Amino acid sequence: MTIKRLSPEDLLALDRFEVDEGNPHILVDKAICATCKGRACLVACPARCYRLKDGEVSFEYAGCLECGTCRVLCSDGGVTRWTYPRASFGVSFRCS
Amino acid sequence: MSDDKFDAIVVGAGPAGSACAYTLAKEGRSVLLLERGNSAGAKNVSGGRLYTYALELVEPGLYERAPLQRKIVREQVMLLNERGATTVDYFDPSFGADVPQSYSVIRADLDEWFAGEAEAQGAMVAPGILVDDLIEEGGRIVGIRTGDDEMRADVVVAADGVNSLLGQKAGLFPDAKPQAVGVGVKETIELPDDVISARFGVKDDEGAARVAIGCTEGISGGGFLYTNKSSLSLGIVFNPQQAGRQQRHIQDIFQDFKMHPAIQALIDGGTSIEYGAHLVPEIGFHGVPKQLSREGLVVVGDAAQFGINTGVIIRGMDLAIVSGLAAARAIVAAKQPADVGALYRQQIEELLLIANQKAYQNFHGIFDIPRIFREYPNLANDAMRFLFRVDGKTPKPMLKGLLETVKRNVSFGRLAADGWKLYRHL
Repeated sequence: MTIKRLSPEDLLALDRFEVDEGNPHILVDKAICATCKGRACLVACPARCYRLKDGEVSFEYAGCLECGTCRVLCSDGGVTRWTYPRASFGVSFRCS
Repeated sequence: MSDDKFDAIVVGAGPAGSACAYTLAKEGRSVLLLERGNSAGAKNVSGGRLYTYALELVEPGLYERAPLQRKIVREQVMLLNERGATTVDYFDPSFGADVPQSYSVIRADLDEWFAGEAEAQGAMVAPGILVDDLIEEGGRIVGIRTGDDEMRADVVVAADGVNSLLGQKAGLFPDAKPQAVGVGVKETIELPDDVISARFGVKDDEGAARVAIGCTEGISGGGFLYTNKSSLSLGIVFNPQQAGRQQRHIQDIFQDFKMHPAIQALIDGGTSIEYGAHLVPEIGFHGVPKQLSREGLVVVGDAAQFGINTGVIIRGMDLAIVSGLAAARAIVAAKQPADVGALYRQQIEELLLIANQKAYQNFHGIFDIPRIFREYPNLANDAMRFLFRVDGKTPKPMLKGLLETVKRNVSFGRLAADGWKLYRHL
């Protein structure tokens, strides 16, 4: 294989995740996000967990890298709860 | 286990936590080291360079047992523009001849090793445990909660990383501010050992560390590239606020950097094997909370926001280790838990952690000069192009050509103002 530009999906596919199905470790209130002007999460979340769908901010916790960028950037309180995944869930880095 | 009371519970088996647990166990204290990852290092990402003096402080010779990647003998600073790059390359194979100054590291290996060393000294190491909360009684911290379990100790050491939820729960500091951290993204790219040695002009166990400016589309931040044994760590750290204000996703800017011809030449033929992200304490001494302890709790490492970034030197893990050692010494010296806080203060002074932080305390102000991240790298490359280009036409007089190059990129007024700002922050 050789080096190529990787899509967001390609990048996350490199990592090992154990998703805690039905039990998100981060909660996002879309009603608050709807009125947020900044929406920095859309461009600054390294895992692209935050995306714009039909004009709404949608959040998917499955590929979260647990970095905390959304926690520190969220200006309007749309991130209503930020914790780490329960033990044994989430991302596991092997060579970072 | 919940009935036992430990001398100390250390939360987080990163470099700070393991240094603390190692030292406590060696001094005969009962210590429980908790880690939320399935193994130590599984949740950790760093650029990838450890300054070795810190392990020497914990125990002379300890670094020789550590799973280190390559001894860094080449320090490189790269200024990029769209077309090319100008790289300053400082080669010094005698760097830290007795105890090598620094090594590239992979955290999954390093952290697991260090936690194992703590265990060998007698610490109880428990990975796969997420601490949910602190137990507070009579105004002091007396233990931790994980799920339905409670575990008690004279002192809890919060080594829970840059997001330190425990430090916040204890009321030591408010939620992290976006201006105080950087967001780092990184790809690990596999390449054969000999290819890496040849491309970077180093021997088998030696390596290069590179920082890159001009790869962030003007956002405050910079790239990094470290040579591991058989992989490269390539990434960018961004100021998250500035990144959040512009249109392009930071992943796309990072991929542009990766595909830049000057970077391509170094990683060509490699295989991307992991993608990681992490926050980095970014403003040095001014980011360190005033309050680093309360009765029954001390905060160490990234959780205490220890970090130094001079643009060319980026330090975190070494400071983490020193702070973990300081906390351990404080706990050992304390006659009662109430004394630990003051002794910890004293130790981080004595171990020169504070002196190191203070030496660069105003440095981060330099990164407020926006032109450092676009105009000046452009200027450097334009000047090089002017100096080296030969096309047979009548060359411009040297001085005129250079002045025009400067003017094309930045006004003389701005240049003077930025020079003054640089001078003031050094």
